[in-house]
Amino acid sequence: MTRYVVRRVALSVLTLLLLATIVFLIVFVFAPGDVGRQVLGPFASQETVDALNEQLGTNDPLLTQYLRLLKNVITFDWGESFQYQVPVTDLLWPALGRSAKLAGLALVMTIPLAIAAGTYAARKRNTIADRSIVTVGLASSSIPDFVSGVILQYLLGVKLGWFPVLALAPRGSGVLTQLDYLMLPALALVIVYFGYIARMTRAGTIQALDADYTRTAVMKGLSRRQVSHGHVMRNALQPTVSVIGVQVGYIFSSLIALELIFNYPGLGTLIRQAAGAKDYPVLLAAVMLVGIIYMVCTLLADLIIAWMNPRARLEAGRT
Amino acid sequence: MSMNVPPPEPSSAAATVEVAAEEAAFEELGEEVDAGAAPIDMRAERRQARRERRKLLLRRPGFLVGALILLIWIVCAIGGERITPYSPFDPEFPPFRPPNTTNWFGTDQLGRDVLSRVMAGARDVLIAAPIAAVISVVAGTLLGLLMGYYRGWVDETLSRIVEALLSIPVFVMGILIVTSLGLSRITLIGTVAVLFTPIVTRTVRAAVIAEAQLDYVVSAKLRGESGLFVMTQEILPNVSGPIIVELTVRVGYAVFTIATLSFLGFGLQRPSPDWGLQVADTYEFIQSGYWWPAIFPALAIASLVFATTLVADSIEAVLAA
Repeated sequence: MTRYVVRRVALSVLTLLLLATIVFLIVFVFAPGDVGRQVLGPFASQETVDALNEQLGTNDPLLTQYLRLLKNVITFDWGESFQYQVPVTDLLWPALGRSAKLAGLALVMTIPLAIAAGTYAARKRNTIADRSIVTVGLASSSIPDFVSGVILQYLLGVKLGWFPVLALAPRGSGVLTQLDYLMLPALALVIVYFGYIARMTRAGTIQALDADYTRTAVMKGLSRRQVSHGHVMRNALQPTVSVIGVQVGYIFSSLIALELIFNYPGLGTLIRQAAGAKDYPVLLAAVMLVGIIYMVCTLLADLIIAWMNPRARLEAGRT
Repeated sequence: MSMNVPPPEPSSAAATVEVAAEEAAFEELGEEVDAGAAPIDMRAERRQARRERRKLLLRRPGFLVGALILLIWIVCAIGGERITPYSPFDPEFPPFRPPNTTNWFGTDQLGRDVLSRVMAGARDVLIAAPIAAVISVVAGTLLGLLMGYYRGWVDETLSRIVEALLSIPVFVMGILIVTSLGLSRITLIGTVAVLFTPIVTRTVRAAVIAEAQLDYVVSAKLRGESGLFVMTQEILPNVSGPIIVELTVRVGYAVFTIATLSFLGFGLQRPSPDWGLQVADTYEFIQSGYWWPAIFPALAIASLVFATTLVADSIEAVLAA
């Protein structure tokens, strides 16, 4: 197991390094024109543009710039935001905290619901209940986040008045009030992620139910409970764990649109505004942070799977 | 069954289940090919199989519903302003008229007919999304074939790059690329194609690896056929199933992605009546009770993406049957 963990962590670090390289290529190498001009626009004087370029170090050799980016990733010190003249991390951490609250609420609702629905559908295979869960899952994960966000905002927020229309609770409000405010965007996330997780759970459970080891377990006279917990669930949930890891890592994708609709100042809003203002220090820091979160989530998922299934450890160790 | 050919990259357990299903489909396809004694019989048999699959497809309600919705939007995209009841661009009515018999979907904040705008909005996305999807599937198939067939260090290196690209959610990467390269229709299509290529690559690679272990590939190699021949003439026809499914799925997701990027201001630009843009311009009015200018284009996006998903799902089911 230790060997596997070391390998897996090393792989994550390598992937992160590659990601930094890709981001570097996009922003510093392929981008046309100079960054200073891009940031200040066509009407700024050449002197100010030159001064900004000097400050950003975009005139340095590419290798120096690349090493500087890597240093930024490692120390996570990204300097100052162009837009607000404050250290990037002062903007990043509060935004991340708010996004985490929203994502956490959504996941606490989605994961149990989706696993229950997926397992139920697998056990009642090819019945009407199964077909409806599969179809609802398919429909819900194919609706773009901002579409379900807008529809929920209208139906539950404006029309029925069940939840506040905007997500940010007034300053100093208690936990319950905050949850109430976060409910609509969280429900929009539930709609998006329910489908993926439920379908994967269903597929995994069906595979486990049909497997020889399950038949053997039933034949040798184990109780339903023993078969279900010791044999079916343990194997059925591995793809689910994996898909949850990936989806949690991807959740910031949905947050960009949802935080805009519900006017919530989280990491998604930060990314969107930084991109709009060409605030590269903030944008780069946020993109790398999102990448790191994805790496950590998939790493955790793989470690949980390896712990659940020794065979996964062996296979990964062999290659 | 799938345990001896898992794609060895991390977090592959999810893929394994899918691969297992796909593999079952290939094995059948493989048998079909092996069964033909003479090449002519084989071709006839393949044609027969294709005809049967088409019949199966047309019997699935999901496919019919999806295809019908798609057809409606294609008609709207081709017809454009010629078939919309009013101009999608000119304000011909008072603003914020609720849906009524003249303006079935109401009018927007400028007094434009929402139905006309929704119909005309199909065009830009239905041009951009399929182009982006086709580019990503062609590139992904090429890379997947090379990686899955040759393996070794090329595969190892490219797999790591694919993994790194996949670690950033599509919209975040899309925003980064569009911000640094500048906004235009070409950048948008290129960005979506680049974002989808690693996903297609991963699927095709897994399929090719499963296929490359089968007897017919081994015997082709033993015959001394070149790698190019084995890849294009032997393996490619047998992985065409998942590639077709992937193409349909990618068109749907391209619509999804382009709509979202447009909504965020990093995609199609005004005055295009694109659905994502329409929602972006009008969602704020929902709070004041004017829901129709935002909800109808939102439903249009949902229907188009759902329709392609239904079609993709049906094709997948028929190929696996």
